[in-house]
Amino acid sequence: MGRDLGRHESFNESSLLQSAKPQLPMGMAQKATPGTSLEGIRPTYLYKVVLLGSTSVGKSSLAYRYVKNDFKESLPTVGCSFFTQTLNLEAGTVKFEIWDTAGQEKYHSVCHLYYRGAHAALLVYDITNKETLNRAKLWLRDLEKEFLPDEIVIALVGNKTDLAADREVATEEGEEFARTKGLLFMETSAKSNHHVNDIFMAIVSN
Amino acid sequence: MAAPGSSPRDGTPERPGEGVMSPARHPSGEDEEVAAELPAAMMSLGRHHRGEEEEDEEEEEAVTSPACHPSEEEEAAAAVALPAAVTSPGCRRGAEEDVTAAGWRCRRKHVFVLSEAGKPIYSRHGNEEALAATMGVMMALVSFIQSGGNAIRAICSEDRTLVFEQRGPLLLVSVSRTRQTAAQLRRELAFVHEQILSLLTRGGIARVFARRRGYDLRRLLAGAEAVLDRLLSGAAADGRLLLGAARCLPLPAPLRRAVSAALRRAAASAVPAPALAVLAAGGRLVTAARQRALAEGGRLCASDLHLLLNLLGSGAGAGEVWTPVCLPRFNPDGYFYAYAAALGEEEDGGGGDSAVTLILLSTEREGFYAAAGCRRRLEETLRAQGCLGELGAAVRGGAGYGPARAGAPELRHFLYKPLEGPEEMQQLPQFTSPELEEPYASEEEQHRLFDLYHYLHSRVHSPHRPLRLLYHVAEKETLLAWVTSKFELYGCFSPLVTKAGAIGVLTKLLRWLKKEEDWLFIRYPPPYCAAPARPEGAESEG
Ligand SMILES: Nc1nc2c(ncn2[C@@H]2O[C@H](COP(=O)(O)OP(=O)(O)O)[C@@H](O)[C@H]2O)c(=O)[nH]1
Ligand SMILES: [Mg+2]
Repeated sequence: MGRDLGRHESFNESSLLQSAKPQLPMGMAQKATPGTSLEGIRPTYLYKVVLLGSTSVGKSSLAYRYVKNDFKESLPTVGCSFFTQTLNLEAGTVKFEIWDTAGQEKYHSVCHLYYRGAHAALLVYDITNKETLNRAKLWLRDLEKEFLPDEIVIALVGNKTDLAADREVATEEGEEFARTKGLLFMETSAKSNHHVNDIFMAIVSN
Repeated sequence: MAAPGSSPRDGTPERPGEGVMSPARHPSGEDEEVAAELPAAMMSLGRHHRGEEEEDEEEEEAVTSPACHPSEEEEAAAAVALPAAVTSPGCRRGAEEDVTAAGWRCRRKHVFVLSEAGKPIYSRHGNEEALAATMGVMMALVSFIQSGGNAIRAICSEDRTLVFEQRGPLLLVSVSRTRQTAAQLRRELAFVHEQILSLLTRGGIARVFARRRGYDLRRLLAGAEAVLDRLLSGAAADGRLLLGAARCLPLPAPLRRAVSAALRRAAASAVPAPALAVLAAGGRLVTAARQRALAEGGRLCASDLHLLLNLLGSGAGAGEVWTPVCLPRFNPDGYFYAYAAALGEEEDGGGGDSAVTLILLSTEREGFYAAAGCRRRLEETLRAQGCLGELGAAVRGGAGYGPARAGAPELRHFLYKPLEGPEEMQQLPQFTSPELEEPYASEEEQHRLFDLYHYLHSRVHSPHRPLRLLYHVAEKETLLAWVTSKFELYGCFSPLVTKAGAIGVLTKLLRWLKKEEDWLFIRYPPPYCAAPARPEGAESEG
């Protein structure tokens, strides 16, 4: 798990979002299946994540990397895409439902439906394109209108760290913005598989 | 489908003297005959034409007065087709091309879409931003002519055909060096337009431009360039657009029957039931099932299906998709909600390009989970019957067939579209053709072959003088087009074949097609009824 994460975790706990942020099992959605395996009862929790951000920042690539552990140069998104991934933890099984959007205005109404009840949002920007961070800030405002602060975990994600030479947004800049807004923060690369699992772990364990 | 015993004589023209094109064999080759008619074909800055008949007139005119080459139009053509100085070639997407380079100008075909205000929306090659100046010129040209009470429809120069198609607030332009006629190019542009409608609807486009005339439509179409590119590159060497029919994946009849039944049952028992359920692999149709209402009321036309498959039929690996989609022929102003996912993902770990895609059309905006449930049930049924593995294997094993399969070595390639069959089959026009093999393995040769098919198609479907049989000797091959009330067939042969020989081969081919029709085509996909209050009731339907 990333160094950055630890820092922001501790920050979150001391922030305005103090309202007893529940730890893993309680924080999940309703128990879906109280399965009875050999080791006893290992509950399954449904955890819904939405990916938001400008076109081409790498939302689909992050989802694809996390779910398929692979990278494809071209993953065109039409409308919304839905991915599932199961994560086995000691405390139980987490079933991720990941909603990825094409990011165009025209799809908002359709995709919006599925934002309801999201447990976490990943606000993705591209570290080689400053404008995408500004867009992420706009997405954040939308989210703040829709969710109460303790209803949803929000992480700011700076993607494409493998393109360090083209970097336009300094790590500190994203970090600082996340800090002021009380967001988790992490830089990732879907291409080189940098911090992708970590960011998903971070949101559930927050 | 042609009766197996039907002799080729049945297919000879009704009006013998007129119908049969049996061009005298000029020593210099038949291409001469073609060349004389084609380039001059569309030299017309006609009046504002509306409707089919008038367009026909225009063609007639063009053919009968091939000598007119007014210099004004020549200039116009040059100005548009040869954008001499366009700045800022920098671009981001796949079509990264220096639009100032000679290579760009020599492209076989350019397709542009622009708004009434002259704003670039799409360009097939090169970046539309860099082409803004060119598009501006085109728009200026069009409005200049419109202001004179005329509409510009087509311009022909020696080696290029320009076609302009105004559709609502959009202007579509094709600049082609192919042998497609202006009418064929226009149909292609109509397809591009309909694909745009499939994403935004007619009303949706009208609304944004009504609010702001200078709206940049690319904001709504971001990401759709790939869809339009795919549509056009697919059209370049495939009969889908030309024949207005769906291409089927050949499958053993029992397998297709089992898969069809399972699909119908899964769809009919879903609540809400999808209006349409389609299985496709690599853009080819495996089977389809429709709600009775969609089957009987508005017909599901081949072009809508084609747009849907082009949009969603090859989206393997991108999770489960949920998106609004419009079927413009069915209703240009309404949205369906489409679900698309690869079938049996877990089976072969990833699916890849050989994946079978399920597409479900729902009228419910919130129908995602119902559709996902339908997919799961379908997978369970197919898995239980062992069909899922069999289907995957059939697709992976290259489900196409080579031209030699029909057992006639002279035959290099063909396109075959049955025009009769069970009613269901007519409602869903289909065609079949073998894989393109040597000498048509290269893209260049494939384009050349389809140029010839386009030419033959335009001749046999000529509004003035439709033909039933057309024998055409080209430079490197000989072709025979044959149209009856039962089928439409285009065969391509080695250049040495005689006319009688070619007819003999096609007769043999027809016998083979008849024998294999259950393998080649979806013959009986009866529609289903939406689930009534008691879902079990629907079972009896299948
Ligand atoms: N170098 C690099 N490229 C990436 C990375 N993630 C995505 N991309 C590329 O960025 C483009 C857009 O990615 P995509 O996932 O489709 O973005 P989306 O529109 O946000 O879903 C594609 O060409 C990807 O291959 C990354 O981590 N590193
Ligand atoms: Mg995407």
